Amino acid sequence: MSTTSNSMTFNIRIWRQKNAQTPGKLVEYKLDGISPDMSFLEMLDQLNERLYAKGEEPVAFDHDCREGICGMCSLNVNGIPHGPDSQVTICQTHMRIFKDGQTITIEPWRSTAFPVIKDCVVNRSAFDRIIQAGGFVSVNTGGTPDANALPISKEIADLAMDAAACIGCGACVAACKNSSALLFVSAKASQLNLLPQGKAEKDRRVLKMVETMDAEGFGACTNTNSCEAVCPKGIPVTFIAQLNRDYAWAMLKGAAAEPKATVGGA
Amino acid sequence: MSLDSKSPAGPIAQKWDKHRFDMKLVNPANKRKYSVIVVGSGLAGGAAAASLAELGYNVSCFCFQDSPRRAHSIAAQGGINAAKNYQNDGDSVYRLFYDTIKGGDFRAREANVYRLAQVSAEIIDQCVAQGVPFAREYGGTLSNRSFGGAQVSRTFYARGQTGQQLLLGAYSALSRQIGLGKVKMYNRSEMLDLVVIDGQAKGIIVRDLVTGKITRHSADAVVLGTGGYSNVYYLSTNAQMCNVTAAWRAARKGAYFANPCFTQIHPTCIPVHGDHQSKLTLMSESLRNDGRVWVPKKKEDCGKKPSEIAEADRDYYLERKYPSFGNLAPRDISSRSAKEVCDEGRGVGPGGRGVYLDFADSIKRLGLKAIQDRYGNLFQMYEKITGENAYEQPMRIYPALHYTMGGLWVDYNLMSNLPGLFVIGEANFSDHGANRLGASALMQGLADGYFVLPYTIGNYLAQQKEKAPSTDHPEFVKAEQEVHDRLNKLMSIKGKRSPNSFHHELGHLMWENVGMARNEKGLKEALAKIPQIREEFWKNLNVLGDKEDLNNALERAGRVADFLEFAELLTLDALERKESCGGHFREEYQMPDGEAKRDDENFAYVAAWEFKGVGQAPVLHKEPLNYEEVHMSTRSYK
Amino acid sequence: MPLIKFLRSTVGLKIIMGLTGAALFAFTVIHMVGNLQIFLGQEALNNYAQMLHASDEVIWGFRLGLGAVAALHILCAVVLTIRNRAARGKESYAEYAAPGASLASRTMAVSGVIVAAFIIFHLLHFTTQTIDPSFKELTEIHKGAERHDVYAMVIKGFSVTWVSVFYIISVALVSFHLSHGIASCFRSMGLTNPAYREVQEWFGLAFAIIIFVGMAAVPAAVLLGLVKL
Repeated sequence: MSTTSNSMTFNIRIWRQKNAQTPGKLVEYKLDGISPDMSFLEMLDQLNERLYAKGEEPVAFDHDCREGICGMCSLNVNGIPHGPDSQVTICQTHMRIFKDGQTITIEPWRSTAFPVIKDCVVNRSAFDRIIQAGGFVSVNTGGTPDANALPISKEIADLAMDAAACIGCGACVAACKNSSALLFVSAKASQLNLLPQGKAEKDRRVLKMVETMDAEGFGACTNTNSCEAVCPKGIPVTFIAQLNRDYAWAMLKGAAAEPKATVGGA
Repeated sequence: MSLDSKSPAGPIAQKWDKHRFDMKLVNPANKRKYSVIVVGSGLAGGAAAASLAELGYNVSCFCFQDSPRRAHSIAAQGGINAAKNYQNDGDSVYRLFYDTIKGGDFRAREANVYRLAQVSAEIIDQCVAQGVPFAREYGGTLSNRSFGGAQVSRTFYARGQTGQQLLLGAYSALSRQIGLGKVKMYNRSEMLDLVVIDGQAKGIIVRDLVTGKITRHSADAVVLGTGGYSNVYYLSTNAQMCNVTAAWRAARKGAYFANPCFTQIHPTCIPVHGDHQSKLTLMSESLRNDGRVWVPKKKEDCGKKPSEIAEADRDYYLERKYPSFGNLAPRDISSRSAKEVCDEGRGVGPGGRGVYLDFADSIKRLGLKAIQDRYGNLFQMYEKITGENAYEQPMRIYPALHYTMGGLWVDYNLMSNLPGLFVIGEANFSDHGANRLGASALMQGLADGYFVLPYTIGNYLAQQKEKAPSTDHPEFVKAEQEVHDRLNKLMSIKGKRSPNSFHHELGHLMWENVGMARNEKGLKEALAKIPQIREEFWKNLNVLGDKEDLNNALERAGRVADFLEFAELLTLDALERKESCGGHFREEYQMPDGEAKRDDENFAYVAAWEFKGVGQAPVLHKEPLNYEEVHMSTRSYK
Repeated sequence: MPLIKFLRSTVGLKIIMGLTGAALFAFTVIHMVGNLQIFLGQEALNNYAQMLHASDEVIWGFRLGLGAVAALHILCAVVLTIRNRAARGKESYAEYAAPGASLASRTMAVSGVIVAAFIIFHLLHFTTQTIDPSFKELTEIHKGAERHDVYAMVIKGFSVTWVSVFYIISVALVSFHLSHGIASCFRSMGLTNPAYREVQEWFGLAFAIIIFVGMAAVPAAVLLGLVKL
């Protein structure tokens, strides 16, 4: 049988796990009739439609915007978070980059801090808790100064934007042999620490975020650069160095993450 | 019955100030005694939840994604408008107000739009204070650009990720309140019904998408910031999970749904390439600044490579038809023109549904480098998706559903006709009329969430005598039972088809018959077919898996079921609005030159529909639109 | 207590690893420069050795300090490795490509253990001379006084082929460890930014090679008979 350019066949090995309590395993499916123009997730849609037709439960995987910005999709494909295409999420990866007949292994993000919920869906709420600990500028709605009152150099604004591009997908954690979340944490902390608006609570921010990161069970950064290699937004590891620096300074200054209780305070 | 917008009296510039003064306030010490439910965590919902918690209210916030940071506001690329006049180019609150009213084709409420323009400047201040890294000039001041054909540069942006940055700003403010324990956040939780007690919205019924557990939540007020309904068309630029369920559930409980036929099509999306396609990808409209839109003059040329088509055989139809605006003609006009040429059989690419957007001239004029600098990321994205290099051959684009101006009806206070139910952001109908200007969606979402709702909800709460009811109230019990029954029904049909296949079928029908250009025959046909699909759905649906588990198919089934009811209303509204305006184009109502023919005499009103039961005719309530400030003129982009 | 927090945090421990790693690297460079004096002849090397041993207080102070630094480096590494393994979780990937990570960066713990083992052998070999106690008897008369003939000891030690080969392989591992370690020190101490990152990476790689060449030169020269008694 000859395969035309409009039809590819794949051997899909995908992680199936009923829920957090039940152990899972890789299950193989043969999938034909895949167009090279399909996105990776459309290929999985096809798989699910076929499973549906057979009365088998479809594979659960997280996805939403399918244009690489919401950060929901989270598949480890052939050993690489977001698959072999560089600087894109798996939802933006198209089947034409795979070889016809290839075996594709699909697994969820693996990390103690990201427990599997079902199949390839994991719980990434640890990231939310890190942001809740310090990934913000403590400013209420209203009463803010005019936006142009505080000049910010283009270089700093651009650098902050490089860091702010993070979509919180967790590929950095998934790729890291230590499951370190430091690229994620440092991107948010650096964005806010670089900008004058965020400087007031810079020390407190890094201390709280690192403390929460550790408490959530993420590992340490050993500077392997895996995070940077898989980051769909190309966030560089130099932000990790910045976080280490900010953290060391905060410690040297003896800054404490918890403010001292004030008598008669609010 | 005529609806009262509750727009305050007085000169337009003073309405909001006066209204704020007239509103009742909740004593700071009492705020924590009031609880508010916010459904949705996007720009509107996230900003509202954070702001309300800062004020001291007890807030519960719900989102169906795994984190509030995933809301679809994140995908907005272009920018956010604000009447800052930083560029000294003659912008003002009044100009932004006027442009929005005119852009909306005179189908928006003046007082709301003026307020939107007024608070727009505060939004930028707020976002900058939060650490949103807007683009800057070398001197350190904020950078602006002109967007979507505006005559002034009032759009603030953060690369091509403005929505993301603004959402992450709201998310960080929300996260801070969650961390402080002032907002209780429910992730992966979907609102499946609204609870109305004695005519007032008092709570919601929620399904935990991981465990399948159904819970009741009671509050003094319910805020919906649940986005638009573009996905009724199946293919749109919206995220996969965007849906009308929350809004439609509220509509079923008595909230009026306004102007559902006002849908916006974005002209520069990557065309459909096959049946299996799951979504459409939008490319920034800024591409039209340097790209020239064309199709072959002759049908026979459509199969040829673009390079083989001689200059003389190309039809630069936008430049031809709209000499002064050319390729920058407004969204609806350029979208419709693309459909026209494709309907004539002159479309290019798979299925003949695409037009060329050609950069060859700009590359020749400005150099490859300049084009790479301006659009490098977009060209890269285009190549990733299509496998084609747009530096060497023209891009193919086609319009796609992008935004919906219609939504639940709200008054000036953003409260629906159901007291206690507030609707903000894209989920309401209020500010964009029949068509939304580029970079105004982000503005409206944040205006509602940060600067309007936190005031107006206080006015409502201050007048509430009774506290939030117990969740044991019979209405809660009943609503929960209904949710259970519906889920059980979805699970028990055990037919042959997946929820996705029904969605696909509905979307195709909607796009063909209720899409960019509508006519009576097509609309009537759709009105006949939608109930058939719905019937088939309830007979032949198959939902696999368990109810007490993460079950994407079950979630989808519930959403598709609601789309199947809502689509009928959208179509009916399109049929009843016998005029062309903004995003609603009726082929029967056009000028001899093909321009939209608006009928101000008969249709200068908001159509707010009251649900009367599935398959029953809804009741139309009209809110007349009175223009005191702006003279209703005909939009002309010639 | 900030210090306790620091010592408990992964970032704090990494900063300590960076600082101690940098100190160990600096020592390695000095050690290498000392070694290379073998090429200046017996007189020069033995003078240098005698100078180092001039004061018991200084050399013991230095040895204890260096030992403490090495111990701290190892301790932090052990603690972090345990935490990192736990963070990765029980279920491992069926396929894991370690994208973007160099072999050296992925195997720091393994190369570290081997380097530590080599250092212990090296100390037993040339410092305590436990492995071949006959080294102790190698002396020379210099300016009328008897002193340890380090030059002779080195040549005698490296004349055994397996010893020399073992040393060369081991210093190769040291430089392998350093090829990631040096740049990593900068990063962990927070001394990297986009402008200096590449320079630091080249610096790390260059010094890893220099260390290998400089360290392996001695056993290689002895083995090849370029340096002899």
